[in-house]
Amino acid sequence: MDSVFVHKMWNDNELSKMVGKDIPFPMLSDAGGKIGSLYGIYDEDGGVETRGRFLIDPDGIVQGFEVLTPPVGRNVSETIRQVQAFQLVRASKGTEATPSGWKPGKKVLKPNPELVGNVWKEWKVSEAFDE
Amino acid sequence: MPKEFKAGCQRPELKMPAAKEEVAAVETQKKEEEMRMIKVGKPAPDFTAPAYYQGKFVTVDLSEYRGKWVVLCFYPGDFTFV
Repeated sequence: MDSVFVHKMWNDNELSKMVGKDIPFPMLSDAGGKIGSLYGIYDEDGGVETRGRFLIDPDGIVQGFEVLTPPVGRNVSETIRQVQAFQLVRASKGTEATPSGWKPGKKVLKPNPELVGNVWKEWKVSEAFDE
Repeated sequence: MPKEFKAGCQRPELKMPAAKEEVAAVETQKKEEEMRMIKVGKPAPDFTAPAYYQGKFVTVDLSEYRGKWVVLCFYPGDFTFV
């Protein structure tokens, strides 16, 4: 929403002090909320953008999104976990899937007819949670 | 990759095909709302926007990121707390 000039001030005066260097990705300016409206996350009543987060794959396809109202921040680790899961699925050309609670190193599932009704043998409920 | 621009008043641009006017108003509105609904498994709408990136003002085009994974984040405003 803010101009690129405000982005520069925020980077220079606050964010770079938090992370010890310049923000390593482009900070886009969406004046008027045009892009936010296109993505369905612009709050016209408040005149602000909500906390929308979209994962876009190398073909430009949306693989996932999450939208939160302003007072609650995101979980960056969860975003990274989702990217890792989508990358694994893509690398396997769809032969592997990541069950609930998956993170790198945990077991993946290989969907096939024999797995129908037998997921309980391969995957335990406790695996849905971080230990 | 992103192109640098002279400091000035840049505005974001959408890369949407122009809507046809002859369609009935209600239908148009409905269609626009449908188009605005982001769906997983469908293409991310393309756009160009001015950006601040490591000391420079640049123009970023979403399509330049084909071949890479992109995390596109929106937030209410600079200097907000969360």
